[in-house]
Amino acid sequence: MASSVPSVNTELAVPVIAERLSRGGRLRRFSRRNPTLMLGAAVMALIVISGVSAPVWWTGDPLAMRPAERLQAPSAAHWFGSDNFGRDVYTRTLYGTRVSLVVGAAVALASLVVGTSLGLVIGFHRRLDAVMMRVMDGLMAIPAILLALALMALMKGSVRNVIIALVIPEIPRVIRVVRASVLSLREHTMVEGARALGARTPRILVRYVLPALMAPLIVQATYICASAILFEAYLSFLGAGTPPHIPSWGNIMAEGKTYVQLAFWIILFPGVFLALTVLAVNLIGDGLRETLDVRG
Amino acid sequence: MLREIVRRLVATIPVMGVVAIAVFALLHVTPGDPAVIIAGDYATGEDIARVRTKLGLDKPFLTQVGIWLGGIARGDLGASIYSGLPVTTLIKQRAEATISLTLLAMLISIAVGVPVGVLAAWRRGSWLDRSVMIFAVSGFSMPTFWLGFVLVYVFAISAHWLPVQGFQSIERGLWPFLRHLILPAITLSVVYMALIARMTRASMLGVLGEDYIRTAFAKGLAPRRVLVRHALKNASLPVVTVIGIGFALLIGGAVVTESVFALPGLGRLTVDAIVRRDYPVIQGVILIVSGVYVLINLVVDVLYVVLDPRIKY
Repeated sequence: MASSVPSVNTELAVPVIAERLSRGGRLRRFSRRNPTLMLGAAVMALIVISGVSAPVWWTGDPLAMRPAERLQAPSAAHWFGSDNFGRDVYTRTLYGTRVSLVVGAAVALASLVVGTSLGLVIGFHRRLDAVMMRVMDGLMAIPAILLALALMALMKGSVRNVIIALVIPEIPRVIRVVRASVLSLREHTMVEGARALGARTPRILVRYVLPALMAPLIVQATYICASAILFEAYLSFLGAGTPPHIPSWGNIMAEGKTYVQLAFWIILFPGVFLALTVLAVNLIGDGLRETLDVRG
Repeated sequence: MLREIVRRLVATIPVMGVVAIAVFALLHVTPGDPAVIIAGDYATGEDIARVRTKLGLDKPFLTQVGIWLGGIARGDLGASIYSGLPVTTLIKQRAEATISLTLLAMLISIAVGVPVGVLAAWRRGSWLDRSVMIFAVSGFSMPTFWLGFVLVYVFAISAHWLPVQGFQSIERGLWPFLRHLILPAITLSVVYMALIARMTRASMLGVLGEDYIRTAFAKGLAPRRVLVRHALKNASLPVVTVIGIGFALLIGGAVVTESVFALPGLGRLTVDAIVRRDYPVIQGVILIVSGVYVLINLVVDVLYVVLDPRIKY
């Protein structure tokens, strides 16, 4: 990560050949070269579609309780079975997708924006840098999940607060990545050149340093997204996350905890969705890392 | 070498200072009056006032920081609001389960992850390599608690081979202790194992391309000897780093694993404390766990010098 200067894309060296391929041909070639990325993106697309259009896919009301139908095994009426209140697990799992996607995307975006802004400033200030990196080392020594749990203990359970509690532990980690790149870019010839032309620090940061940082940051964002989706489920599972009236994979499984022996399906299906989603995001991250040639 | 260890040890003091202040400041950076939040939804004005005096929240902020840091220096982390017991006592009571769980999980992950990573790198592109990579990506994406429930369902509920949950102290004998710990430890180890296998493979691939490896093979050394003595030793720095950094994953996983298997460890202590808003306990556990994390990474730093004599601080 220390020298993440934009790399030369070898494909662009032969633009004539690339021009001749049709659009469909280019996509096919791209997916043949990046199987990991395409597999992740395909699974992710399915999950996003099923979450966004959850009401369309033969679901019912995720909160509707039917005590007569409680703890039923998977069947034609309840594809994923029903829980202890007779709620349909299939419906709840599909709706639960929404919380996970919103939390994953929001945490990735927010920690990236805040972390990058702070990292740019800290990396360019030698004196600030020395102090702040000690502080960051200290903050990063606190395991993220414990920090998030402690923050949730002081806030009311809501999706917004879960996002806040998950962003705070990520910020020092983003700052560190940004700062490491800034340190090496600070001495880069293009920055020297810009300075010689009279550009001021803010302009250099935004026009020269930030674009060079985009590739590693995009990769970092996918990993943050994956771990945020997992951590939301952990927090909700432990009863310190998404409140019970909003179905999320974590709290569906938390309610199924008591019925492991009787009704394993309450835990099984949301868990499969959770694992697949995190896997898809991680595959996208790995694929992007290869495609964008990010080291570290 | 001793001087370097002492130097590193001294360097951890500011880090721990930041941790201590950050853990303390948590209470004050979140919106709202901490005394009101901790006292709970049904608290009377009197309850709130009692909490405020007990936690010293009525004193000026810097005085509070001073009291907190002074307490840590004396080994006093305050007392639980719920039970009135000293936090250090509570942590000591719960330490055995967590230490056993994380140590066993760490052992399993290293014992499986490192050899599997070495073999995958050696047989690059083979079915073995491909399955290791698939395991590494999917293991890393696995929700720990869900995996725990699946293992419980298969090995305890369906097959009756192992107990569903609970913990037996090692004082009651090794076998009952291991029987109760094996499923939680495997559950917890998967993420960490995936991380170690992946890092070992990547690092080995870098080393296996070196000339001296070709020489070692050419002069007829047994592959095992080349892989372990020549390659792994030189590929071990990133692996050791990831073992140290990944310890945070292990701690996070332990919190949920303990909840799935009803293990009386620090994770359960934290989760219970969060439900009761027993803030001194939460602060104490975070402080101790972060301290252990810093220490482990200190050990890793020292190991660097042992593994690679060229490194000097």
